[in-house]
Amino acid sequence: MSILEVSHISKSFDRTEVLKDICFSLNKSDVMSIIGSSGSGKTTLLRCLNFLEEPDTGVIKINGEKIYDAKDQEYLSEAAKRSNRLHFGMVFQSFNLFPQYTALENVTLAKELHAKREPDFKAHKKDVLEAIREEGKALLTQMGLADRFDNYPHQLSGGQCQRVAIARALAMKPDILCFDEPTSALDPELTGEVLKVMKELADQKTTMIIVTHEMSFARDVSDRVLFMDDGYILEDGTPDEVFNNPKEERTAQFLASFNS
Amino acid sequence: MMDRYIEQFPVVINALNIGFLQTLKLFLVTLIGALPLGLIISFGSRSKFIPLKLLVRFIIWVVRGTPLMIQLLIIYYFPGLVFHNNIWGGQETGRFIATSVAFIVNYSCYFSEIFRGGIAGIPKGQDEAGLVLGLTKSEIFFKVKLLQMVKSILPPISNEILTLVKDTSLARIIALQEVIWAGQAFMKGSQGISGEIWPLFFTAIYYLIFNGILTVLLGKLEKKLEYFK
Ligand SMILES: Nc1ncnc2c1ncn2[C@@H]1O[C@H](COP(=O)(O)OP(=O)(O)O)[C@@H](O)[C@H]1O
Ligand SMILES: [Mg+2]
Repeated sequence: MSILEVSHISKSFDRTEVLKDICFSLNKSDVMSIIGSSGSGKTTLLRCLNFLEEPDTGVIKINGEKIYDAKDQEYLSEAAKRSNRLHFGMVFQSFNLFPQYTALENVTLAKELHAKREPDFKAHKKDVLEAIREEGKALLTQMGLADRFDNYPHQLSGGQCQRVAIARALAMKPDILCFDEPTSALDPELTGEVLKVMKELADQKTTMIIVTHEMSFARDVSDRVLFMDDGYILEDGTPDEVFNNPKEERTAQFLASFNS
Repeated sequence: MMDRYIEQFPVVINALNIGFLQTLKLFLVTLIGALPLGLIISFGSRSKFIPLKLLVRFIIWVVRGTPLMIQLLIIYYFPGLVFHNNIWGGQETGRFIATSVAFIVNYSCYFSEIFRGGIAGIPKGQDEAGLVLGLTKSEIFFKVKLLQMVKSILPPISNEILTLVKDTSLARIIALQEVIWAGQAFMKGSQGISGEIWPLFFTAIYYLIFNGILTVLLGKLEKKLEYFK
């Protein structure tokens, strides 16, 4: 069964329709890459999944359960969005780390704040916080940052920052981890280290949606590839189908622009 | 000649110390009131509810566009003159409360504009990173943005704080017994000393030393926040 079902999502900004009747589903443990030229709506689609934008129409289901329905007020409250968006982790192009916190604190902050909301937090405070810290350290270690726990973001390279951001997203144990051009803000020599940890996550069967311009990476790690153009999904298939036998002329044109 | 000054000095210093205590009290009360009130006003001036936003911005415009001295005079005399009810009373306490109200209102408007700029200057990505981690708006403000804002607004806030030290002297206009009033008393005559102008001039030393200390402390705080960028 699919972990994610997106049906008939649309989104307009000032009467310009940026997403048009988006439908797709995703199986657990699959990696889906979304490719497409700039302005085709990839970022907006990710932002709709975690409600940084509210879709104008459509339904989003996780494990068969509705987490969003544009027609139903119940899903639009701040509290509903706050709890439902936790199904998705988000890694931004520009990292968006919290500058005043160390790498480890960036990873643990949200977990700690969530724990503090629990009624029995006070009773187990020390153990809970210790467990969160240990988890954070394990995640950073997994990201190859075992020696960087106490560094502040400005003391880290772009590649290291992005890996902290990935650890921060993983700390919330999302069902699906989303990436919005995670290497686009990096110097070319730093993209490799980020793609490497993403590949490792894919190998560990992490369900991921990756918006990327790294075509060979997308071809290599993806189970599914979506090609978006002007707010539509034009292709939805295996890497082989989309890269080698695209259905649409537009896709072939787009792919050709990468080979030249 | 010298003997006279040596004789007067302890009497004057004692009086100025008492006056400066009142200056210091006004300074602290203004800060403690105006910093949080300024933050609240800055939320109002950023409100999505347009009438509130316009009203708050109008008030800020009026307060920043008129002299603090006039605001102080209006707040102190207006109730008595117009409603024949001097709510402040004629005592030193009443004058202090009236002065504090005027100063807090005035400074919170200045602070609010600095806060507004500081909040607006924090990249939207910080909000969004907090949101996708399931944080509430208030958690994002207090745990993510507040310290970044404090860091960015510390230089302009420090400026205002140093100005506030000097502005406390305006309270002299309604005869609040702060340090200038205390110095001036020796011109008219007080504790057997009269016709002396040096105590008034000497009050400048108090401002200078206090501002010197504040400059060092605020500089230290700025240094402390240099651990992140
Ligand atoms: N907040 C917004 N307000 C108005 N237009 C927007 C906004 N966000 C995105 N857009 C527009 O939506 C279109 C798709 O943007 P985006 O989703 O960022 O595309 P992509 O990530 O594929 O480059 C673009 O034309 C962009 O200008
Ligand atoms: Mg984009």
